[in-house]
Amino acid sequence: MQLAGAGLAGLARFLSGASVRWINCEPDTCQRIYYANHTSHLDVLVLWSALPYRVRRVTKPVAAKDYWEAGAVRRFIAKSVFDALLIDRHNIKVHSNPVNMLLDAIGDTYSLIVFPEGGRNTGERLGEFKSGLYYLCKKRPELEAVPVHIDNMNRILPRGEFLPVPLLTCITFGAPIWLEEGESKQQFLHRAREAVLSLKER
Amino acid sequence: MVALAIATLVSQVLATRRDTVLDQGTIKVFKRRLQAWWVMCAVLAATFLFDRLVTVALFGLISFWALREFITLTPTRTADHRALFWVFFLFTPLQYLLVGLDQYGLYSVLIPVYGFLFIPARIAMAGDFKRFLERSAKIQAGLMVCVFCLSFAPALLYLKIPNFNDNARLLFFFVVIVQLVDVFEYLCEKLLGGHLVAPAINPSRTWQGFLGGLIGATLVGSLLWWATPFAPWEAGLMSLVIGVAGFAGGLTMSAVKRDRGVADYGTLVTGHGGVLDRLDSACFAAPIFFHVTRYFFT
Repeated sequence: MQLAGAGLAGLARFLSGASVRWINCEPDTCQRIYYANHTSHLDVLVLWSALPYRVRRVTKPVAAKDYWEAGAVRRFIAKSVFDALLIDRHNIKVHSNPVNMLLDAIGDTYSLIVFPEGGRNTGERLGEFKSGLYYLCKKRPELEAVPVHIDNMNRILPRGEFLPVPLLTCITFGAPIWLEEGESKQQFLHRAREAVLSLKER
Repeated sequence: MVALAIATLVSQVLATRRDTVLDQGTIKVFKRRLQAWWVMCAVLAATFLFDRLVTVALFGLISFWALREFITLTPTRTADHRALFWVFFLFTPLQYLLVGLDQYGLYSVLIPVYGFLFIPARIAMAGDFKRFLERSAKIQAGLMVCVFCLSFAPALLYLKIPNFNDNARLLFFFVVIVQLVDVFEYLCEKLLGGHLVAPAINPSRTWQGFLGGLIGATLVGSLLWWATPFAPWEAGLMSLVIGVAGFAGGLTMSAVKRDRGVADYGTLVTGHGGVLDRLDSACFAAPIFFHVTRYFFT
């Protein structure tokens, strides 16, 4: 599994030619929520492979169940390589609340990779964030929420395509934010979104 | 090789000393150039040590990387995706495969004819007509400059020249002259200053630099005649041709960068010097040098 993981990470880095930048933030194995813009199916892979091995080992991506359970290859990658947490996007009920499921899964060791826009976004524009990120931070206010901006991925593998084109990407990690005391859901989501947007300019 | 090692050492020492008269920017440029020289040396050493196929493959990888920089810099639309896929994974490897198989008749038309026809046809099939001609031309230009033109450098290894069978030395001659033109130009710009060729496109290229580069390269080129099948005056003339073509290449690629508002192809990706910034002159000079040699000496 480790070999498959390393191989896949290497392939992702070769294909995406990713350069990784950490701005006001260092790679660390402490518990974090990495949240990023979402434009391509490969986002999970490039973001995950941009993390150093020791961090990657304790980081679980959150992904859509309907996409990653379709087909044996995707299922193998999601389960055995990424150790991904698969969320059922179409069937959210009170007793199967995804936020609780995620918090159970990470316990006090693991970090998460989430894409708070929900679905992939087609254009250059960053979509509005869904509330999941807020509820995660509300239940575990001590977790660092690290904004990540992934550049150019929608050109490498746009929606509806399955063959990637090897262009250069840049993955930027920004300074962590926390949920402030008394901060409303809207305020927090707005602030979180701005943090990702500001990384685009850096 | 030894000269290169000394130069690297000097640049390292200079970079650590803050009190030098040279500014850090100049040293950075110097270091980047040295890196390029090291890569060139490695590629050439591969030719001398292993088979020429290794060199062809290495140039193929460099082309791939350069094309990637070019396409990343110039925006494409989603409908160009399939065309780009074939450009990267069919035309680029096929061009170098044909060079490696010495199929001059095929590789000299593959991209300018068939690539030229394929790209707009594939984009049209994707059904997006917005800025159609512009988008096709962009991909065609990238493929031409980064893959087709550059592939003539390793193709030098396959030229059959009477009374000369050490083609690795011919490639060596080409690479050294291309780099030397750059160095002489840079020196003359710094030392002489002078009149800018096209200030809107490149704020440092001067006519004095251009002439200095040509004169310097011609002199050194004719001194290197022993490495080539040429007589000394012919080697000098060849260097002159390489110098003019290289200058044109540098200016053309500057114009592309200027249009996109960047100073370096490398600025796209922090931490990488752009491959295209170093290759622009070689891309333009390679096919011309190849064909002049092929026409007059084979």
